Amino acid sequence: MANVKNKTRQPGRIAIDGELTIYTALELKEKLLAGLAEAEALELDLSEVGEIDAAGLQLLVMIKQQATETGKALSFTGHSPVVVELLDLSGLAGFFGDPLLIVRKPT
Amino acid sequence: MIPDEYLQTFVVECKELLEHMEEALLIVEQAEQDPEIINAIFRAAHTIKGSAGMFGLDPVVEFTHAAESVLDRVRSGELTMNALLAALFIEAHDHLKELIGHVAEGSHPTETTHNQGKTLIDRLEAYLSESQAELPEDSAKHSEMPALHAANVEREHSDAIVGTDLWHLSLRFGPDVFRNGMDPFSFVRCLASLGSIEELVTVIDAIPPAAQMDPESCYLGFEISFNSAADKLAIDNIFNFVRSDCFIRILPPRSKASEYQRLIQELPEQEMRLGEILVKCGTLTPEELDNILRLQSQYGDDPQRPIGEVLVEQQLVSPPVVEAALAKQKQVKDNKKSEASLIRVDAEKLDELINLVGELIIAGAGTNLIARRAGMAELIESTATLSRLVEDVRDSALALRMVQICATFNRFTRVVRDVSKELGKDIDLVISGGDTELDKTVVEKIGDPLTHLVRNSMDHGIEAAELRLARGKPAKGTLKLNAYHDAGSIVIEVSDDGGGLNKEKILSKAVERGLVAEGAALSDKEIYNLIFEAGFSTADTVSNLSGRGVGMDVVKRNIQALRGSVDLDSVEGRGSTIRIRLPLTLAIIDGFMVGVGNAAYVIPLDMVVECVELSAWDSGEGGQYLNLRGEVLPYRRLREHFGVTGGPARHENIVVVRYGEHKAGLVVDKLMGEFQTVIKPLGKLFRSEKSIGGFTILGSGEVALIVDVPGLMGQIEYERAAGEIVSFPRSGVGMQW
Repeated sequence: MANVKNKTRQPGRIAIDGELTIYTALELKEKLLAGLAEAEALELDLSEVGEIDAAGLQLLVMIKQQATETGKALSFTGHSPVVVELLDLSGLAGFFGDPLLIVRKPT
Repeated sequence: MIPDEYLQTFVVECKELLEHMEEALLIVEQAEQDPEIINAIFRAAHTIKGSAGMFGLDPVVEFTHAAESVLDRVRSGELTMNALLAALFIEAHDHLKELIGHVAEGSHPTETTHNQGKTLIDRLEAYLSESQAELPEDSAKHSEMPALHAANVEREHSDAIVGTDLWHLSLRFGPDVFRNGMDPFSFVRCLASLGSIEELVTVIDAIPPAAQMDPESCYLGFEISFNSAADKLAIDNIFNFVRSDCFIRILPPRSKASEYQRLIQELPEQEMRLGEILVKCGTLTPEELDNILRLQSQYGDDPQRPIGEVLVEQQLVSPPVVEAALAKQKQVKDNKKSEASLIRVDAEKLDELINLVGELIIAGAGTNLIARRAGMAELIESTATLSRLVEDVRDSALALRMVQICATFNRFTRVVRDVSKELGKDIDLVISGGDTELDKTVVEKIGDPLTHLVRNSMDHGIEAAELRLARGKPAKGTLKLNAYHDAGSIVIEVSDDGGGLNKEKILSKAVERGLVAEGAALSDKEIYNLIFEAGFSTADTVSNLSGRGVGMDVVKRNIQALRGSVDLDSVEGRGSTIRIRLPLTLAIIDGFMVGVGNAAYVIPLDMVVECVELSAWDSGEGGQYLNLRGEVLPYRRLREHFGVTGGPARHENIVVVRYGEHKAGLVVDKLMGEFQTVIKPLGKLFRSEKSIGGFTILGSGEVALIVDVPGLMGQIEYERAAGEIVSFPRSGVGMQW
């Protein structure tokens, strides 16, 4: 189950811990939107994401679009290997535009 | 369409998931609601359904779907998971297990299984009755989505062929794809097994603004250009299960421009945007796109979106910045590490490895011997190093086969639950020592005897609740499973806090059946162990669980076949404990080699306690006991036992061996030291010889027999009891069997 914690209570930073999947999407949507609403700039720490699926990816797109809409700065950091893998597969890395390493497997 | 090895992985995974599901269900059945556990059950069902869908296993999908829908309502709090529902799910779990079993065997479910599944689905759906109406409506919505625009745009126009060698796939997933247990990316991954995905664009245009977005609905789509030699059917088959839920268009390489045009029309996104995507995919060149769009504008009535808008949209996209090289490397490394932490290995390969290590040990011993004979100090030293390494290799090879016993123990949670229901008794299972490791083959073979013992304890051991209360015990019975290592063997205990064994009853029954002579004086332990004799049952009433008089002797035989032993402790009115003692491994042991006459014998080193010179005691011929520091120690000359000819050696030695609580001395001529022993089984001819457990080949090529200490002790005791039932006083120490 994903835990969302506001590290060190400082607004504008949310770490997603565990799953970023259909199982946690509902709960995460609320938390992410709330987090975005209360800060001018939000940093999403993805380093502890152990699992991500299409629903999770969709959620990231949603929050990114919401940030753009409301004119806030949103960045994703510390992409865990599973996140990188999915971003690579989906070809959405460019959309998010965060510093990220993509390792393309030899085909 | 899907390779066999995937199917195998699927079966293995399903079995694991089902195990988790069962565990979770058993907890839920006992305790009150824990959302975490309900989630775990849901997830297991969800994953099984998802992957079964990928393989087109419709019966599994259909069944799991029903279970999952109910679980989903439990999860959302609309239904409460009570013991009744949990019991239904346990039945559902069993059915699912059977279905997966059929998948594994490649067989089809029988008629009864099929009907059973139907009944279960009906029972599950009874919980759903209100939300039923939702489903058909939903599917109607999907079938509308891929609505085909009339074919009037076709054929009439310059049907240029688009010059790509790649397949083009357009996928738009329906909103319920997640809820139906599928992850769009799993199809992409599956697709990758048929060829290579040249370019994939995830279409996110359908994701609504945050406020309207339902995070559990799927809004995604893919445009994929795909390089593959597979035929259309094979590609199409991948999407078998999602078909009803999804808009799928597959264009083969070198399709006509008009087909692309139609595709663009059918897709929900704006034409310009789509065009961009298609170009990005590498499916169309910009010129081809221009052509198609021009064609399109002649007929299409949608206002075209200015390209500028698209570009503005693209502005959101900031170029990725590459992180420092160090960070890169670390990430790559971490990735690899987590992937390699666990691998599945065919058990046969392990067996082969153990066999080879066995041969290596024998060959090593040969080299050792030659080195010593040649008297070359350097060679001796190097062979010593070599044998130390071989020993390490042996240990790690054997460790590969070691598994924890907890999986076996956990299975009994279910057994105890079912049996206690059947018997109408309330029984708790307490498991300890689950992390004790033992050889995989042993684990596999111990399951059946253990089941029998557990059932027996529950049926005969633990009393009915009223009787328990009358005896001042809590109404709830307790059954304990425990495991631990002891002197080179593993001990598994099954204990209950029931009525214990009734000595008189056992004894009179044994006399009645002619197992014991009337008036024979037996120790408590001897009486208890009578229940392991063939054709013995003290149950007054025969239940369908146990008490038919077969069983305990079979249990004993099974355990002996594993070179183990079983015995029983009991306190009347307070319960009994059955102790199974098994060797840690069946293949290679550390042995202690001794010589008798010209022959060599190997005694398992774990059982050797000490060695003493026999002449330190005054040994009268035919003596049976020694006084070892105040302890009575029965002993036996191996020379006599195995009928070795020739007179006794001048300095005989006693090897004191221990097995369980028993100690005994074995008199031998020579002590030859430690020896790594690869156990080879003896032929059928020697099966009745209990005191020899096998043989091994020495470095010199000679054969040494391995002494089966428990067997030998049993045999001595048996002969003694048969020959001199009355003449020997029974003391509380020493061996009693």
